[in-house]
Amino acid sequence: MLYREAGDFSTTYPEDSQTFPIKFDRWRYYAVLFIAIFVIPFVINDYWVNSIFMPFLIYAIAAIGLNILVGYCGQVSLGTGGFMAVGAYACYKLMTAFPDVSMIFHVLLAGLITAGVGVIFGLPSLRIKGFYLAVATLAAQFFLVWLFNRVSWFYNYSASGQINAPEREVLGVLITGPNTEAWATYLFCLFFTIASAIIARNLTRGSIGRQWMAIRDMDIAAEIIGVNPLKAKLTAFAVSSFFVGISGALFFAVYLGAVEVGEVFGITKSFLVLFMIIIGGLGSIFGSFAGAAFLVLLPVLLKVIGVDLFGWPTDIVAHLNLVVVGGLIVIFLIAEPHGLAQLWRVAKEKLRLWPFPH
Amino acid sequence: MKYRLGTWAVAATMAASPVMADLVFPSLSYRTGPYAANGIPFADGYADYFTLLNERDGGIGGVPVRVPECETGYNTEKGVECYESTKGDGALVYQPLSTGITYQLIPKATADGIPVHSMGYGRTSAKDGTVFRNIFNYPANYWDGASYAIKHLLQVNDGSLEGKKIALVYHNSAYGKEPIRTLEELSEKHGFELMLLAVDHPGQEQKSQWLQIRRERPDNVIMYGWGVMNQVAIQEAANIRFPMENFIGIWWSGSENDVRPAGAAADGYKALAFHNVGDDFPVFEDIQTYVVDAGKAAGAGDQIGTVLYNRGLYAAMLAAEAARTAQEIHGVDEITSEMMRDGMEALSITEERMTELGLPNFGPTFEVSCENHGGGGFVAMAQWSATDDQWRLISDYEQSDQDVIGPLIAEDAAAFASENNITPGCN
Repeated sequence: MLYREAGDFSTTYPEDSQTFPIKFDRWRYYAVLFIAIFVIPFVINDYWVNSIFMPFLIYAIAAIGLNILVGYCGQVSLGTGGFMAVGAYACYKLMTAFPDVSMIFHVLLAGLITAGVGVIFGLPSLRIKGFYLAVATLAAQFFLVWLFNRVSWFYNYSASGQINAPEREVLGVLITGPNTEAWATYLFCLFFTIASAIIARNLTRGSIGRQWMAIRDMDIAAEIIGVNPLKAKLTAFAVSSFFVGISGALFFAVYLGAVEVGEVFGITKSFLVLFMIIIGGLGSIFGSFAGAAFLVLLPVLLKVIGVDLFGWPTDIVAHLNLVVVGGLIVIFLIAEPHGLAQLWRVAKEKLRLWPFPH
Repeated sequence: MKYRLGTWAVAATMAASPVMADLVFPSLSYRTGPYAANGIPFADGYADYFTLLNERDGGIGGVPVRVPECETGYNTEKGVECYESTKGDGALVYQPLSTGITYQLIPKATADGIPVHSMGYGRTSAKDGTVFRNIFNYPANYWDGASYAIKHLLQVNDGSLEGKKIALVYHNSAYGKEPIRTLEELSEKHGFELMLLAVDHPGQEQKSQWLQIRRERPDNVIMYGWGVMNQVAIQEAANIRFPMENFIGIWWSGSENDVRPAGAAADGYKALAFHNVGDDFPVFEDIQTYVVDAGKAAGAGDQIGTVLYNRGLYAAMLAAEAARTAQEIHGVDEITSEMMRDGMEALSITEERMTELGLPNFGPTFEVSCENHGGGGFVAMAQWSATDDQWRLISDYEQSDQDVIGPLIAEDAAAFASENNITPGCN
């Protein structure tokens, strides 16, 4: 009834090709943005930002990045944790080397550095694919973590081998360190998340995105119709690593504040982000958000219900969490291989016909 | 209608605001994951001691104690979530039992004015209370441990370690890397050769490290391990027939869980300790009566008297004593986290007090002051006897080499202070 194309006329090409062609969808999108930018910062507190919003926003960026590589370009990667570590350590080195520069530049530069590293580790993708590429990226994961543990230059020779985010600001507002305000860190991460999503969306529906998808669907056919696999694959690695690097930088500098590479950016992180895009939906920006929200919120929700509401022992709830997440992944892979994004698509299709389905 | 909505809102905020009726000691525990075997007994001991205080004495100074538990899985992200979700509750002190989470909490808790007690772990230079105002690590820290291990080896080797080779097998994390600086200084001072062998998290795979030990034949091995890494290391040492009495673990590598899997081969393995072992103390009778028999024991209730249970109990005892001190200083029963900090800074543990608490000769006596948040650094050596299936202290509490550790702490604390623009001081 509300959700329909009827009566919504596009008179220009930009109008016709916009991301949300349906009016109701568009207004919903504006409403979400409005609430996220103008309402949440005023009501948010430390708990909400540190336990829910910040991990969600940062993982969403990582999921968008990985989704470009795996979902759009079809290059399986298990190196997300390692690339996030590159972002984090690049950001740390930049923060300590140039203390007066705004955090925005540090985070962007960290993303660019990660993009460079991503291209280097993406080179094998020109020769190998599928499982073999997954193993090559797995090597990147272990190599990068080992490197940041081994070479003390990366952690400024600190005795503990940890990196700690010093206090840095943007336009006079503290963004990192312990004395930050909840709204400031939230808005900082939100800015990067929205920008990443818009850039990713527009990249994926432009010519470069079409090249990625052609490579994903059949690389030989793509080559025959004139797609340059070298360019397509390496740009996918670069763009993907750029977003993953940004998320790693934010994860370290804004969210955690202190990082130990083996523990925070280990192989489990790579799998977590991979699960996010599998559950959320491969090849979908919305799916990246849905997957990140799902895997960030579910443990918190289970904890609140189990421990705070029912008073169950904490270990039972922690184990239950593993069981539930594992079970859901299996169920999703069987019942809806295209993830939450597909459910959303189906729901929208149904809504268009509602209340008179054929 | 509008009026009613308003009342609901008021009622909701009142329900959500912290209830100050009790003393809150959050327990950031880990009963799952690769470190659970070590996390469970500590959490049980921590919870049981407070349950005992509630049941026997009605709390601390008449105010009941609440111990909300939050599962971290030894994971820093979950640790942050746990900290954020419990700090609004009126939390008095945090004891995360994880060096990684402690590093997270040092700036956060300092900004929030909540003390952190990292007992025998965390950042060693937190001993300098003029820089780390809210962080405490009494009664002993990692560097005390490293120094005392060398002191023990000196005693065993008739006062000289010249030309000896000592290997450090460590958890490749902030925790395991802590003693390296101290051991390097000590190797210069005493002329032994130091060999560093890192083991990556979680540590089930140590074949190559022990192969290297077998090849290079160090005279002694010191281990900074935790969780499953300890069991594997002791088993590997047994496999290469490394003499167990030359193998010394830090206090985190010296519980029953670590040595039992290797069976009789673990006999003679040594570990450091900063509190006593066993359940031969009067307080355990009270725990039996008031906690276990009343069906209020935490967890499965099968850990009582184990090394890490005792450590949890000791941590709870020190926290309770600090709270009591805070109540005395400020003359209020319902203390805040700032008052708790003052109490911790004025804490004095004497033999008489420990006897009163039913823990005679349980730990070293020490006093905390603004300049010294770390106690005296008194450490003892324990040894495992596989035949009797128990740990035994084989030395008295002896002080570590403060001449070496003092300057290192001052240096590290000064670095932290300049990085974070802290002016050291006691106000």
